[in-house]
Amino acid sequence: MDDKSPYLHPEFETLSREDIQKLQLQRLQATVKHCMNSPFYKKRFEECGLKPEDIKTLDDLRKIPFTTKQDLRDTYPFGIASVPLRQCVRLHSSSGTTGNPTVILHTQKDLDEWANQVARNLWMVGLRPDDVFQNSSGYGMFTGGLGFQYGAEKLGMLTVPAAAGNSLRQIKFIKDFGTTAIHAVPSYVTRLYEVMQEQGVDPRRDTKLKVLAIGAEPHSEEQRKRIENMMGVKAYNSFGMSEMCGPGVGFECKEQNGLHFWEDYYIVEIVDPETLEPVPEGEIGELVLTTLNREAMPLLRYRTRDLTRVLGHSCPCGRNHVRLDRMRGRSDDMMVLRGVNIFPIQIEKILMQFPELANNYLITLTTDEDNDNMTVEVELEDMFTDDYARLQRLNKDVTRALKDEILLTPHVKLVAKGTLPVSEGKAVRVVDKRKVYQ
Amino acid sequence: MTIKQISIFIENKSGTLLKVLNVLKEANIQIIASTISDTVEYGIYRIICDKPTEASNLLKQNGISSITNDVFAIELDDTPGQAATAIQNFSEAGINISYMYSFLVGCKGILIMRTNDTDKTQEIIKLKKMKTYDLA
Ligand SMILES: [Zn+2]
Repeated sequence: MDDKSPYLHPEFETLSREDIQKLQLQRLQATVKHCMNSPFYKKRFEECGLKPEDIKTLDDLRKIPFTTKQDLRDTYPFGIASVPLRQCVRLHSSSGTTGNPTVILHTQKDLDEWANQVARNLWMVGLRPDDVFQNSSGYGMFTGGLGFQYGAEKLGMLTVPAAAGNSLRQIKFIKDFGTTAIHAVPSYVTRLYEVMQEQGVDPRRDTKLKVLAIGAEPHSEEQRKRIENMMGVKAYNSFGMSEMCGPGVGFECKEQNGLHFWEDYYIVEIVDPETLEPVPEGEIGELVLTTLNREAMPLLRYRTRDLTRVLGHSCPCGRNHVRLDRMRGRSDDMMVLRGVNIFPIQIEKILMQFPELANNYLITLTTDEDNDNMTVEVELEDMFTDDYARLQRLNKDVTRALKDEILLTPHVKLVAKGTLPVSEGKAVRVVDKRKVYQ
Repeated sequence: MTIKQISIFIENKSGTLLKVLNVLKEANIQIIASTISDTVEYGIYRIICDKPTEASNLLKQNGISSITNDVFAIELDDTPGQAATAIQNFSEAGINISYMYSFLVGCKGILIMRTNDTDKTQEIIKLKKMKTYDLA
C-alpha cells in the first residue's frame, strides 16, 4: 500500500453502509454454516430447531441464542472449535480463577486476519513501514503482546517486543532505536513518563515518539488528555478481547471520536443486559459481537459484558464502520485494573483461607493521578489476637496472598466485625470510585 | 498474679471509641486503666476495669469485637528505679515484653504487661518475690 493512502484496506474500510451490510450477511451465512462443524453450536442449533438456512437477513441473527463466557468454560478446552485441532496453530487461554479457564484457538488464517486488523488500526493513526513500534505490553497469554507484535510486523514496521516493565530499559530502547510508536496500558505510559522525568528525559525533545496506542484497561477522556500532554503525542484508544482474537477489534481513528469497530470482521449489537433486547441507537447497553471471519472458533452473538453505546456510523475519516463509545463499565462484576481482569470471587476465595477473617469484605477502586488502586477492607473474626505484631503479620500475609492471586498489590485494611455495609441482605462487594466511569 | 484485660479493635474512625465508652458507662462499669496504641489504620484499645466478664459480654451484645486476656499486674513501691529492677529480672531470664503500660492505685504503681512466655514470667515473679496486684 502507498504510504500516502489513509487506508490500508480501502476496499473494506471505505465501504458504504449498504455494502457493509451486504458483506456482513454473506459472511454471517458462511459463518453459521461453518459453525455446524462445532459440536457445541450443532447441538445448540438443534435444541432450538434452527437451521443455517434460516438466516436469510441480518435481522435473522436475532434468532440465534447468545454465547456466553460460561459456554466457553463449559466446553473447555476444545468443545466450541469448528475445525479439527490439527488445523489450529495457536491457543490463548485466560486464567481459570472463576471456574474453568477459557481457551481460544486460531488457525494460521485466523492469525493472519488478526494481524490484518491490528495493522489496519495502526495504519489508520498514521503509522507506516518507516516507523519503529515498541510493544510495551505483557506477552505470553495476554493477547496484547503477540497481537500487536504480528500486526505491527504485518504493517511492515520495525517492531520491538519490549514487553511490560523495566522502564529504564524501555526508555533506552525508545532513544536508541528511535521508537516512534508505543503500545501499552495507560497506567504504564504514566509510569514511563515518571521514570523519564527522573532520568531527565523529555519525550518531546529526546524521543521521536508520535503515536501511542493505549487500551486493555478502562480510562477516562481526562486520563487520555493527560497522557497526551505528558508525552506530547496523540494517544489512541484500542479495544480488544481474547474471545474475538485480541486487540484489533476496535480502534480510534485520528478524529478520536469513538472506536471504529470493523464490521467486515464483526457484527456489533448493543443489547439491554437484563432483557437482552436491542437498546435504542445511542443508548448504553452490553456489547454483543458475532465473528464473521474466523475459522477455528467462530463465536455467534458473544456477550462481552462490556457496556458501551453507538456514537454513529459516518465519520469525517471516510470510514462508515460503526463508532462505539469508550467502554463504560461492565454488566457483570469483573474489574479491570491496570490491564488485569479481576473478579471479586478471586479476592473472596483468598480471604476465606484466613480463619482470622470474617466473611464480609469491601473492594474499593480509586484512581490516584493515573494509577488504579484497590483497597480491600475485610472484617476480622470475633476472636482476634490483641497482639499487634500478629495483626500486622496477618495484614501482610493477606496482602501477599492477594497479590499472588490477582498480580496486583492491593491495600489491605483490617476492620472490626460488623462495620462494613450490608445492603438488602446482599453485601456490596465493589465500589468503583475511579474517574473513568464518572 | 494476673488480671483480666479487655482488648478492643478500634478503627481510626471517629465515634468507635466513644461507642465503647458509652456501652461501659451505661452499665456502670468503671475503667481503672486504659491505653490505646495505633497504627495508621487501626488501634487496639486495652482496658482494665472492675467487671471484666460483664464488660466483655456487653461489648459483644453491642456488636463490638473484643478479646479478654490474662495480663501480669506487678505492683511497684513508690521509690525510684522499681520499674527498671522489675524489667531487668525479666530481661535477664530472656523474656520479651510484648507490651506494657502502667497506672497508679493510691501511691502504688501498677505495671501491666504481657510477655512472650507466660510460664517463665510466673516463675520469675515467684523467684524474685515480686508483688502482684489483684483487682479484688
Ligand atoms: Zn473515523
